[in-house]
Amino acid sequence: MKVSMRINGEQVSADIDETQLLAHFLRDNLNLTGTHIGCDTSQCGACVVHLNGRAVKSCTMLAAQADGADVTTIEGVQQNDELHPVQKAFRQHHALQCGFCTPGMIMAAIDIIENTDDLDEHDVREQLEGNICRCTGYQNIIAAILSAAKEMRG
Amino acid sequence: MYPFTYHKASSIEQAQALLDVSNDSKLLAGGQTLIPTLKQHLASPGTLVDIGKIESLRFIRVEKANVVIGAATPHAQVANDKNLVQKIPALASLVGKIGDPHVRNVGTIGGSVANNDPAADYPAACLALGATIRTDKRSISADDFFTGLFETALVEQEIIVEVAFPVPALAAYEKFPNPASRYALVGVFVAQVEAGVRVAVTGAGANGVFRMTEMESALVNDWSADALEGILPSVDSLLSDLHGAADYRAHLINVMAKRAIAQTC
Repeated sequence: MKVSMRINGEQVSADIDETQLLAHFLRDNLNLTGTHIGCDTSQCGACVVHLNGRAVKSCTMLAAQADGADVTTIEGVQQNDELHPVQKAFRQHHALQCGFCTPGMIMAAIDIIENTDDLDEHDVREQLEGNICRCTGYQNIIAAILSAAKEMRG
Repeated sequence: MYPFTYHKASSIEQAQALLDVSNDSKLLAGGQTLIPTLKQHLASPGTLVDIGKIESLRFIRVEKANVVIGAATPHAQVANDKNLVQKIPALASLVGKIGDPHVRNVGTIGGSVANNDPAADYPAACLALGATIRTDKRSISADDFFTGLFETALVEQEIIVEVAFPVPALAAYEKFPNPASRYALVGVFVAQVEAGVRVAVTGAGANGVFRMTEMESALVNDWSADALEGILPSVDSLLSDLHGAADYRAHLINVMAKRAIAQTC
């Protein structure tokens, strides 16, 4: 079947298998391999992308379901060759070790910051429920998100 | 995934027509349960009819003494709806704790209710508030709707259109999430509605969500946590598995019910 969607600001059309997941479409067809697949059970959150501005698991959605949508992946968050404030904060706060969960963490974090009023540490911990990190123990991830939130809100 | 044909419906009428085309079709709304099920090869529908994009199924409106939620409304929208937060805060709070934020951005009320997972949260709210599930064919009371594990009164090709929740005088939900899956190991919803006092339990019933009538009778005379002292369901009616034995779940039901009542006092 034919699908068409906007990905990182560019219109993309393709002929796909109807069973193809959005995560596989991004990785295999478009070579956007920043979106990771860390589990087979929809639990880990490494595949999180934005669909019409909200964080979703691209491994738990058919590419067909995203037809007509506006999709942003980790490759699309930097602005004018400059890292996104959340990316910068992850670097500054050493919020990653192996880095496998990082794209999903950053996509989740941007949604959390943009859509939560009066963000505090408790909110961040609660809203990271859908993202699993096996290295860091989360502490620095939370510090990075709170720091980025401060910067993004001025 | 086993192969299937995918169709996107833009109206209920179109969805009905698409369902008619084959006899092994399934409705897809948010897909937050269905897609993982397909990935695990646990289902093999020949056709998927996507009703998740039907705009007329995405709404929350106040209708006399009810709050009515469209079947394809995602959890995140429900949890943050100002009218719902004001009218039935217990329901808004329950929905805000389904799955994780990414699931809530996509998963829908219609999908959750139609799936009737024994550990899902929505069925407890439907049963305790005495909700009405309105389909393209009829209205079904929550008491008649949930018929067993993953079983409902829905017939083949019937489409949930909306769910109407009566606004309660008092209501609260407490859940004990499974530490790994975060699904309810036990969840108890208590409510005072026009029909009386109702207590519904999810996560624990061998036949899915159920009402605790003994607790309801005790609460009619004395709406307090103390009134529930010693009231436990029969262990024969409860799930017992590696996540929790039946007697442990029975104990948790009592504790969660008391905590829910305490929230309202």
